[in-house]
Amino acid sequence: MELMAVVRIALRALARNKMRSILTMLGIIIGVGAVIAMVGLGQGAQQQVQAQIAAMGSNLLFVGSGTVNRGGLRTGWGSTKTLVYQDMTSILRECPAVVAAAPGAGSSAQVVFGNDNWSTRLTGTEPQYFDIRNWPMASGSVFSQSDVDTVANVAVIGESVRKNLFGAVNPVGQTVRINNIPFKVVGVLVAKGSSATMGQDQDDAIFIPLTTLQKKLSGQDWLNFIMVSAQSRDASYAAQEQITGLLRDRHRIRPGTDDDFFVRNLADMADLADQSSRVFTLLLASIASVSLLVGGIGIMNIMLVSVTERTREIGIRMAIGATEADVQRQFLIEAVVLSLIGGAIGIIFGVGSSLIITNVLGWPVLVSPLAIVTAVVFSAAVGIFFGFYPARKAAGLDPIEALRYE
Amino acid sequence: MATAAQIAQGAGVMPPDSIVFRVEDIHKYYELGETRVHALRGVSLEVARGEFVAVMGASGSGKSTFMNILGCLDKPSSGHYWLEGTDVSGLSKKELAAIRNRRIGFVFQGFNLLSRTTALENTELPTFYAHIDKQEADARALAALEMVGLADRAGHFPSQLSGGQQQRVAIARALVNRPAILLADEPTGNLDSRTAVEIMDILQRLNEERGLTIVLVTHEHDIAQFARRAVIFRDGRIRRDEQTPDALRASEVLKTLPTLED
Repeated sequence: MELMAVVRIALRALARNKMRSILTMLGIIIGVGAVIAMVGLGQGAQQQVQAQIAAMGSNLLFVGSGTVNRGGLRTGWGSTKTLVYQDMTSILRECPAVVAAAPGAGSSAQVVFGNDNWSTRLTGTEPQYFDIRNWPMASGSVFSQSDVDTVANVAVIGESVRKNLFGAVNPVGQTVRINNIPFKVVGVLVAKGSSATMGQDQDDAIFIPLTTLQKKLSGQDWLNFIMVSAQSRDASYAAQEQITGLLRDRHRIRPGTDDDFFVRNLADMADLADQSSRVFTLLLASIASVSLLVGGIGIMNIMLVSVTERTREIGIRMAIGATEADVQRQFLIEAVVLSLIGGAIGIIFGVGSSLIITNVLGWPVLVSPLAIVTAVVFSAAVGIFFGFYPARKAAGLDPIEALRYE
Repeated sequence: MATAAQIAQGAGVMPPDSIVFRVEDIHKYYELGETRVHALRGVSLEVARGEFVAVMGASGSGKSTFMNILGCLDKPSSGHYWLEGTDVSGLSKKELAAIRNRRIGFVFQGFNLLSRTTALENTELPTFYAHIDKQEADARALAALEMVGLADRAGHFPSQLSGGQQQRVAIARALVNRPAILLADEPTGNLDSRTAVEIMDILQRLNEERGLTIVLVTHEHDIAQFARRAVIFRDGRIRRDEQTPDALRASEVLKTLPTLED
């Protein structure tokens, strides 16, 4: 009740100088609006990264052939030939945290269709690879297990390969040549875009049965990688340990010596990507907060002017019985009302500009209720913080001097 | 002093020993850079309930300083001051604010109303700090405006009122918390002579009809003549303190003055 009376007085005082009040609020409006829009932008990016990782499969593990030390000469990743098909079958058999696995071997290859040719990544694998990677077909179908068993000349192509080789032609049923061997295209994969963690174009790839690659193209009998799916994101850490233990056993690696393979857990990478987008959000928010700070300083400035202008009023109020606390509260509430109204308009402004960013620039923006609540609390805090000094100054006036002030 | 007050207030309306102000050997110094200004040099005074005192003196005589101390806006450097039996010299700022709010009514030379605030709201202002609820405050403010004959102007802003009317609103504001004392600092200083006498009429009536103790600071003899006691300051001391047995009656004087219409 009493507070309402003080708020009414504050509103009236602010209404007395409408233009000035609005200009002062503008600082807070822009500050709060910027914080909301920037945090929204950051959280939108964060959500997009998370969605990409989820699409990639966050319970995914990538087992790759590793480096080896040959008499002091250390080779790079992928140079060992120790990762074999039997490693995959025993991972499936002996690691309880693993639900599925697919082998992979490959190199780059020149793919020819009619008069066109295109260099792309060639991967020999088995049909479950596409399930593990959560990668559906846009048209046609995946080659089957019997294609693998019969060493069939069939291929599944990624969207970038389709675009570059076929253009308007429907690739399904067409024949392409790899190393002069004809392959029938049975399916086209859905576009997956660049990977969230590596930035590589995942659609620039062609897939054929592993057996066909090994027997007809490269002749290699080892694997470059095994793609493993764990039971869950949490289980992927257990799976990582189980696979490492199993492969060290199978490859007879003595304790104290380096692995000749590596297991990369995509949950780790997801965490990393998550973290970096969170840092991004924080960075945007802190830059926007600077404008809120500047807005707060604007409030302090105007409140100081207001205290000086209203010295006589303060004197009158004190003479008729206002205590220092009364005067301080009056000016403090005025500053808080000013910044809260600014904050409220700032929310509208922030949500509005988020919508514009989404619609015009096409960036995902996520305006969370938390950001709005934070903005309101923050603007009230700005009012209190920057209103305190002017209010203190008003309360400290000597009533006699104040009454004499012209 | 008590007997003098008794005479002044006439047929013993109030108990003769009820002293409203008692000031004992008050000194006030101001430090102005290197120099020290001695504004009050030992002032002692008693004012009884129901008195109408004019405090006079040239500027620099210390009368304003004295008024500020009486009004609890300022504290004496030394000496004691009892207001209605309470020694106020030792009170905190907050306690002094409460005394200004409830026990003292102020009227200033420059009216000191809040602009863009109606007469009613100006009158109500002290009730706000006395934590009186809105309904009661409205009733009291209207009654106070009625007392000064401005009930019909309650909704007017100060800019819509004449100087005399503004001063009457200020008097209503001073009365709204029902104080026993009214301090008026040159209340007629900004008014023409007829309006000045009108204000004095209101003060005389409040003094006589309601027993309000009034201390009036003025440097005009004409105005001091309406009070029943004159205290004259010079150089920070009281030079003279005398009764005015032949105090003028403002209502009589008004009849002799031409009205604006004449």
